[in-house]
Amino acid sequence: MENKNIKLMQGNEACVEGALTAGMRFFAGYPITPSTEIAEISSLRLPKVGGKFLQMEDEIAGIAATIGASLTGLKSMTATSGPGFSLKQENIGYASIAEIPCVIVNVQRGGPSTGLPTSPAQGDIMQAKWGTHGDHPVIALSPSSVRETFDLTIKAFNYAEKYRMPVMLLTDEVIGHMREKIEIPTADEIEIIDRVKPESGLDKYNPYEVNEGELVPKMASYGEGYRFHVTGLVHDETGFPSNDSNVAGNLLDRLMKKIDNNIEDISLYEEYRIDDAETIIIAYGSTARSAKSAVDMAREEGLKVGLFRPMTIWPFLDKQITDVAKKADNIIVAEMNLGQYVNEVERVGNKYANISKCCKANGELITPDEILAKIKEV
Amino acid sequence: MSNQYEMRLSGSGGQGLILGGIILAESALNDGKNAVQSQSYGPEARGGASKAEVIISDNNINYPKVRDCDMLLSLTQIACDKYIDSLKKDGVLIIDNSVAAPERDDIKIYSLPIIEIATEKIGKPMVANIVALAVINQITKITSNESLEKAVLKRVPRGTEEININALKEGYKLAEVNE
Amino acid sequence: MASALVENHFRSNKLPHIWCPGCGHGIIMRSIVEAIDELGYNKDDVCVVSGIGCSSRAPGYMDYNTLHTLHGRALAYATGVKMANPKLKVIVITGDGDCAAIGGNHLIHAARRNIDITTVVFNNNIYGMTGGQYSPTTPTGEKGTTAPFGNIDKNFDLCNLAKAAGATYVARATAYHANMITKLVKAGMENKGFSFVEAVSVCPTYYGRKNKKGDAVQMMRYLKDSSVNVKAAKKLPKEKLEGKFFIGEFHKVEEPEYTEQYQKIIDSFQKER
Repeated sequence: MENKNIKLMQGNEACVEGALTAGMRFFAGYPITPSTEIAEISSLRLPKVGGKFLQMEDEIAGIAATIGASLTGLKSMTATSGPGFSLKQENIGYASIAEIPCVIVNVQRGGPSTGLPTSPAQGDIMQAKWGTHGDHPVIALSPSSVRETFDLTIKAFNYAEKYRMPVMLLTDEVIGHMREKIEIPTADEIEIIDRVKPESGLDKYNPYEVNEGELVPKMASYGEGYRFHVTGLVHDETGFPSNDSNVAGNLLDRLMKKIDNNIEDISLYEEYRIDDAETIIIAYGSTARSAKSAVDMAREEGLKVGLFRPMTIWPFLDKQITDVAKKADNIIVAEMNLGQYVNEVERVGNKYANISKCCKANGELITPDEILAKIKEV
Repeated sequence: MSNQYEMRLSGSGGQGLILGGIILAESALNDGKNAVQSQSYGPEARGGASKAEVIISDNNINYPKVRDCDMLLSLTQIACDKYIDSLKKDGVLIIDNSVAAPERDDIKIYSLPIIEIATEKIGKPMVANIVALAVINQITKITSNESLEKAVLKRVPRGTEEININALKEGYKLAEVNE
Repeated sequence: MASALVENHFRSNKLPHIWCPGCGHGIIMRSIVEAIDELGYNKDDVCVVSGIGCSSRAPGYMDYNTLHTLHGRALAYATGVKMANPKLKVIVITGDGDCAAIGGNHLIHAARRNIDITTVVFNNNIYGMTGGQYSPTTPTGEKGTTAPFGNIDKNFDLCNLAKAAGATYVARATAYHANMITKLVKAGMENKGFSFVEAVSVCPTYYGRKNKKGDAVQMMRYLKDSSVNVKAAKKLPKEKLEGKFFIGEFHKVEEPEYTEQYQKIIDSFQKER
């Protein structure tokens, strides 16, 4: 290991390294398998850079403190797994409507309920989108390797800060706990985005006012001299509650447009051997690793198979998945649940390709052989 | 994928096999190779069946779990019974001599007093994992001895370096005699 | 014309408030502001955090950094705010349901940590915002819209709860004793640690009506007649204390404060460098 930036690192550790690189200075959470290393390493590292770590009394308090700290100016993160992700949902809605940047890591495990605490799953795909009540914008990213956990954690912070919203990192027990080689990029290779702050000394600061043509309001911190109000109620640009249907409609509209109008910036994906592919597998997270092996195995047998790997789970990659469906005769969606992402794939791809699924939710990673068998079946 | 070498280190919780897996993976990285280490675990922190998995390759490693392995280490009977079927034909089985050798004639079996050496010669039963690593490395030549030593020194607690280096030496000796 | 206090510390354009005529909450809110004014804090350094309920609407009227959070979660948000910037003077305004039912876990743990937050509970013994359901402080036997045959739950003594959980300053006053609230909140804010002030309020609209307590004036008179200062109580014979509740300072101790303890950990690394 000549290069000092090459290390053997665990996925959960890479998440913390990425967060610190992105500028995380606050973490609050509650212990839950298989995400605990994220809290443990944060507790060790944060005070050394002047940051704060808090182990709260429950999952809800973990995200609530995270939001409070972000409003007070610190880049903030919490981490959890299935049961805790369920408990955090109301607060995710709060961060959405109050437009408070934060990162929520969900190291997915088998569910429902306590389920399989030490086994991987990808069963929270739809919960990430619809878990909190009401319509709201969602960004959720899913890494397939330790290095990508590092990269996407930084991306998650960047999107959170840029669009002023909660961003979810949906990893899983396999990615969170596996150790593999990672080359940590140097500072000049990494883009860090910070929230845009209002100029200081303004006579009047409206916390939710946006300039013509813009969608994201400038964000002041508590204690900086702007005594503004934040609420989870529908509010106007001054931040105070309103029952006006126009105000409510406009607010929701703007919140959704933050995503819809920036979809290209948020669309992250990888294409692998798809140019001449007749069958394309769509897989994300740890399952995509099995899919990649299956593609190679199929190619060795002369089968024209490729992989499309979304790293952005939400917003759904309508355009790219449509293109994939147009290109292929068959699409196989492989995921560690009983069929979640596949429903969205069917929504956009049904008229162009045969869509089938390779699903498993028994706590085991789908194997390359299982995917290969499915490839031969379709 | 042809040069991918898959190993399973099994025993009971508390025997330091996950650390052993991490050290092997780091040793491979020291050699400039790729490695993935993973583990499965139950709710118990001590006792129970424990296994660490290591895949070493010159290429990218996609599927991160060990399926049929090229090398199986078993320090307990329960672990050996549980995982023996996952060992490939012509694979290497390394068992502690307290474990009864399985009836398979398609594999190479090395039954060695790993725990006894750690306990009697080093005086520290907890370094059985390091003795085992040396045995694995000597038999499989999967990583270089220099890389393994470097990886061991990086991960063991401060003040225990000498004991662990001795454990490596005893392990090499043990494997040499039985090669 | 509004007083100087109202001019200086309230968002006058957000007034009048939403509370019912006769509600005790406005008096308590003003008493808190008076405490902040008397302490001479810079308004930019004050952060008021609330949950959900009638009481939790107060921060919207107060001209500080204000945060109206989720039901029960004010203390968890406030903990994040205070940790992120310990220079802020953080006050939590909450109600009996917000603080002792859905937020009960946050209350006991914030108290246990002794984090420097002053919590003022507007205790009106009922869920007002949702229409009069019984709360953890509705006295046993009394009625709410969800206790039509009388509440069989035992009610919390919030001050005892806070003290047992580790609060380093615990006190109680009532909406009738407005000046005392100001005094207690001031003392609470000057305490370096978790301070808990129960401000007994009145809800003539729901609690009063359901339980035939009379109008707002009669309810305020009850607060006056039924409360005994804890210092005076020591000198009174037992029979004089029957049916009374105590007000005043109950508990005051010095203990390490949470954000300061954490800062010591940070500082230990800065010295290392």
